[in-house]
Amino acid sequence: MEKFGFTISKIRQIDYDSNDRSIADYIYEREPSFRLCIECGGCSATCTTGNYTNFSLRELHILIKRGENSQVIENLKKCMLCGKCILVCPRGVNTRNIVILARQAFQKSDSYAI
Amino acid sequence: MSKHVVVIGAGVAGLEAAGRLSKAGFYVSLLEKEVKTGGHLNDWYKLFPDRRNSSEVKHYLDKLTLNDGIKILSGTTIEKFSKRKSHFSIITDKGNEIIADAVVVATGFDLFKSARKEEYGYGIYDNVITSAELEGMFRNDKIALCNGKIPGAIGIVHCVGSRDEKVGNLYCSKLCCVTAVKQAIEICEHLPESKVFCFYMDMRMGGAHYEELYREAQEKWGVNFIRGKVSEAGETINNRLVIKVEDTLAGRPLKMELDMLVLMAGMEMSDGGKKIAGISGLNTGENRFFSAADPHYGSNISNIKGVFYAGTCTAPMNITETISHARAAVSEVMDYLKDVN
Repeated sequence: MEKFGFTISKIRQIDYDSNDRSIADYIYEREPSFRLCIECGGCSATCTTGNYTNFSLRELHILIKRGENSQVIENLKKCMLCGKCILVCPRGVNTRNIVILARQAFQKSDSYAI
Repeated sequence: MSKHVVVIGAGVAGLEAAGRLSKAGFYVSLLEKEVKTGGHLNDWYKLFPDRRNSSEVKHYLDKLTLNDGIKILSGTTIEKFSKRKSHFSIITDKGNEIIADAVVVATGFDLFKSARKEEYGYGIYDNVITSAELEGMFRNDKIALCNGKIPGAIGIVHCVGSRDEKVGNLYCSKLCCVTAVKQAIEICEHLPESKVFCFYMDMRMGGAHYEELYREAQEKWGVNFIRGKVSEAGETINNRLVIKVEDTLAGRPLKMELDMLVLMAGMEMSDGGKKIAGISGLNTGENRFFSAADPHYGSNISNIKGVFYAGTCTAPMNITETISHARAAVSEVMDYLKDVN
């Protein structure tokens, strides 16, 4: 069949109310410093992975908090857990532990395949 | 004979200036258009950053101004203002003439009228309120929707009427960010089950202990901060509010339902101040506040010799800064009257 180039675009909007924020809640409970992030991006600037791929730890934090979990899963495995980000963070966020806890939360959850 | 100084406005700046002038030996007339002195202090319940009761500061100011050397003329406005040689003639709405050797203008600010930002629905949707109205709820110890129910999700919009060319205010009102943080914490204290979201353009926590308060809001109370200016608020079929905002740090638009929206109204030159500017010939700037002779070392000095500024009639200031500015104005008055016979 002839295609005329029409497609249906998926909405880009974050639907906060229908998103699942259980991963974020799992982390908040075990690593309270997760709340302290001010999105300065220091972690991403020093991140080796971030300097060679399109991985951003800063963005990952916000996507977890908003419950944009499919995008989180995609990126979560890119982190090498070197922990340089912890040294930079001005708010004392245990950034490395957040990645570890996020992986744990997804593994424990039945709704996601990781 | 002691010299006579007229202070226009009996808010924080006017009361502080009147009290200090009196202590310095001047005879003071304090004019206030409202019946009550204290200005905006009367509308606020607790103050940032230490969250002390506003009545404590009012009490300090009342004590400072309670003396025979200060005549408080409340419920009085000024109709005419002129300078004759070295003294000033002020004619009130009651037709009385007051002669003064020097004048301190302390006409303060008005809160931005939030209905002007129609897209946020103030005056259209029932549960869109202003920061001042929320203070009233704190004072009455009851935060509730208009149907009496307790709100579960509360949004706070920063920069309402500030940093916004669309309403003609390019400046930052400076105090709304910390007010938002303070009020977010107070909401959490009153309603521990509620979720609070602050929508901000930048977090401007440039005062002593402000940043610490911001940190406390995140760490202790779990307040959510989302960077982006709310573009509009609407109402759902079940009378909840729905807002649209770009979550600029996620780089995606975001939609969320809320029970209540609190607008952080900015500070504007007061209508009373505008009137004084109109009848006196005092200079105002592009931001409509009175413009002082020099931003560094002449912030109390006006374009009319013998007229001085105190407080937020020149720019947004917190209470600490307002009190310091009023004291500085008194020092300028003393300096000026030393040489005037």
